[in-house]
Amino acid sequence: MDNLSTYLIISAILFSLGIYGVMTRRNAVAILMGIELILNSANLNFVAFNRFSGMEKLEGQVFSIFVIVLAAAEAAIALAIIINLYKNLNTVDVDEADSLKG
Amino acid sequence: MPISIFTLFLILPLASFIFQLSIGKRIGRNSHWVSLSFIFVTLCIALGNLFSEISHHSDGHTSNLVFNWIDLGTFKIEHGFQLDSLSAIMLVVVSLVSFLVHLYSTEYMKGDPRYTRYFGFLGLFTFSMNGIVLADNLIMMYVFWELVGLSSYLLIGFWFEKDSAANASKKAFLTNRVGDIGMFLGIMTIYFFTASLGSATLSFDGITALFQSSFSSFTPADITIVTIAGVLIFCGAIGKSAQFPLNIWLPDAMEGPTPVSALIHAATMVAAGVYMTVRIFPFLTPQALEVVAVVGAVTAFGAAIIAITQKDIKKVLAYSTVSQLGYMVMALGVGAYQAGFFHLTTHAMFKACLFLCSGSVIHAMHHALHHLNDHKTDPQDMSNMGGMRNKMPITYASMLIATLAIAGVPLFSGFLSKDMILAGTLAYYHAHHGWTIILPIAGFGAAVITAFYMFRLIYLTFHGEPARKDVYDQIHESPLPMAFPLMLLAGLSLAFSFTFNLNPMDSHGWFTHLISEGINVVGLNMSQVIDGIHHAHHDAMIISLTVAGIGIGLATIFYLYKLVNVEKLAGILNFFGLYNLSYNKFYIDEIYDAILYRPFMWFCNLFSWIDWDLYDQKFIDFWGWFTLKISDGAGYSDYNWLDQKLVDGFGKITNKFGQGLKVTQSGIIQNYLLGGVIGFVTIFIIFKAF
Amino acid sequence: MGDLAFSGLAIMTIVSAFWVVVSTNLVRSAVALLFTLFGLAGFYIFLFADFIAAAQVIIYVGGILVLIIFGVMVTNKIDDPEVGSSSRNQLFASFGAVFILSILLTVIMRTEWKIGNITQADETIRKIGSHLMNDFVLPFELVSVLLLAALIGAAYLSRKDS
Repeated sequence: MDNLSTYLIISAILFSLGIYGVMTRRNAVAILMGIELILNSANLNFVAFNRFSGMEKLEGQVFSIFVIVLAAAEAAIALAIIINLYKNLNTVDVDEADSLKG
Repeated sequence: MPISIFTLFLILPLASFIFQLSIGKRIGRNSHWVSLSFIFVTLCIALGNLFSEISHHSDGHTSNLVFNWIDLGTFKIEHGFQLDSLSAIMLVVVSLVSFLVHLYSTEYMKGDPRYTRYFGFLGLFTFSMNGIVLADNLIMMYVFWELVGLSSYLLIGFWFEKDSAANASKKAFLTNRVGDIGMFLGIMTIYFFTASLGSATLSFDGITALFQSSFSSFTPADITIVTIAGVLIFCGAIGKSAQFPLNIWLPDAMEGPTPVSALIHAATMVAAGVYMTVRIFPFLTPQALEVVAVVGAVTAFGAAIIAITQKDIKKVLAYSTVSQLGYMVMALGVGAYQAGFFHLTTHAMFKACLFLCSGSVIHAMHHALHHLNDHKTDPQDMSNMGGMRNKMPITYASMLIATLAIAGVPLFSGFLSKDMILAGTLAYYHAHHGWTIILPIAGFGAAVITAFYMFRLIYLTFHGEPARKDVYDQIHESPLPMAFPLMLLAGLSLAFSFTFNLNPMDSHGWFTHLISEGINVVGLNMSQVIDGIHHAHHDAMIISLTVAGIGIGLATIFYLYKLVNVEKLAGILNFFGLYNLSYNKFYIDEIYDAILYRPFMWFCNLFSWIDWDLYDQKFIDFWGWFTLKISDGAGYSDYNWLDQKLVDGFGKITNKFGQGLKVTQSGIIQNYLLGGVIGFVTIFIIFKAF
Repeated sequence: MGDLAFSGLAIMTIVSAFWVVVSTNLVRSAVALLFTLFGLAGFYIFLFADFIAAAQVIIYVGGILVLIIFGVMVTNKIDDPEVGSSSRNQLFASFGAVFILSILLTVIMRTEWKIGNITQADETIRKIGSHLMNDFVLPFELVSVLLLAALIGAAYLSRKDS
């Protein structure tokens, strides 16, 4: 069970679930949660490959740190945007934010 | 005299014409001095030339000043001047009458709005007439012949606002043209005939010389050709001089102003026909001369009969002119060459005098009626006149002298010339017997009638009680520019002027010495003819004196002393329809109308109908309708199909596409993302599949 | 024993992830995310990435998840539970996601992964530190700048309109 394919499969499942969540959910915060899932699946990939390709260098993990940091920054900004959206439209239903409709 | 001075006869009147038509209007009334002076100069030259001819007494023809008109090698036509005694006298006649008419018109046409144009046309006419007189060949004469016809047209129709004047001028021109067709055919015949003889020529001297040398070798066919040619050329004279079948235009031509009638239709243009016959006399065969004589006789007698019943003063004079022209033509036909030309000259003088006098009367009547504001009464109708001799003495005296001349009373010029003609007819009858008796009968009969109706005119106009007293009171004599020509012409109507011979019965004088007794190179024995005339002279004189007396006596009885009721007499004569026949001009106009105009107009209407109703309306308009229908169809298809459906269709399809695709622009970003994913899927499948 | 724990962890992670995207209740969704993140941390332990696992828990769970829950609470209308997914997208989205999944799975299964030496793990933190300071100093600095920018941006975006 402890081989690379397993981790990759799990990461793939998480990734597709994350995609599904982003495409489907109407609540903006729920979309953000989907994005977090996607990022985490990528993280898992990095670390898994690092483990199974030799642990002398830990570049995968370093990269994974970066991803986490960026995810944090992005979550902060995303929430700021969602707060603004809430202030303007009084709802976080992204279906209501259709001023690009044409 | 240098030859080139004769070009002045053509240049000066033409210059007058051009001047009047171009600058004259701006100068106004004083422009008539230009015309008067030009014509006066030509008159002086003509008189000088005549004097030199008389004194030289040459009978030589000098026709220098030849210049090539058309020279194509084999076809050559030359023009030149023929200056002999005939042309010398004619030049004087034309210039003198033209000058007097110019002078007269300054008073008669005063106040006319187209004054300068009138003088221009007079100049054009003088130019053309001089051209005819000076021409030395048939073609040059033909050219000026037509020009004279044109001038006549312009002057007859001078007051073209009147329908009658416009129609009369057209009638004159067209009738002339009918004659001119014959003339041109004759000219062509002569040309080709002389060409067949060796040298093609159209000059009078040339033809005469050619025929003279080759006449002895003429075959009967040749003689026929020459006869026919002569008769055809004479047709031109029939038209121009208003002889029997084509005399219809001259009475209508009285619509023009009276001075024009005097110049053109009495003295000169109508005499051009006779002048031309005189010129071609040398090569008119005896058969052709027979035709000429008969035509002249019929004209002389017929016109005289019509003149008896006319009421309009100018119409009487017009028919009298036709009758006298018939005399001249008849004279030439019987071979009395000198008599014909003599009568032409004397007639020019006294007929011009008669017309100008009648113009003077009409002018006075016109003014009188104008004063009374009466625009309905005809100033030319003799039944409105009467008793004028007290009011217009100069006119009366001049007219009386001229009337005595035309009636053939001794001491006056007409007697001499008419006498010679009548002698000629008698001689002709003596020579030929048989049916030719009608020629003297016509001649003497016309003499009686002429004397009768001319004195009728005098009595009705100048004697008796005035028909309208109010009009009569306003009449006054004409001023000097009108009176002077009358007196001059009356003086020239005396016998003395033409003979300088104190014996009133003797016609020998400067005139008869100047003009030869004629030569004929195609078979007429002139010496025989001349002898016959001399023998018949005595008898003719007696008979002509008698008939003149009868005519004058009848007129005096009927109109001066009023012993016979003319109305009743007319009624009796009308029992045989004679009065109506005379009054209605033998119904010639009506006959022409029925025989010629109606069928011709029917044809014209037929073709007009074919052209307009069938061709234009149906065929041409059909194409128009067709084109319109096609364009309608094109327009419809263009608008409705091309524009609305095709072009707008593109717009509509794009619009529909846009509307349809608008659904994808939901503004919801998740849908865009979904679209991307599905797109990725699709591309993957496609790549995987291929 | 290790395999049992591993598979249990895997099931928990995947089921939680499933719940995150399917649940109509947003709070339940957030809690499911919590479990997912914890599961992932567990996976990191299995993969000898001890620092990463710790960082995951601290930052992701303790920071980001808390932030997300803040967001949920702030933007929720208490009386009106939030809307769920839009039904029209579900079909195509599920199809797309399944397709992507199948592609990935195919790739993963078919590829012969080169497996390196599976060695014992030391503590990784020292190595990570030296990597950060020596080999990856540039991305490190850039990331710090980016964090600064994110901080400023977030502060700006959420200011009060005056």
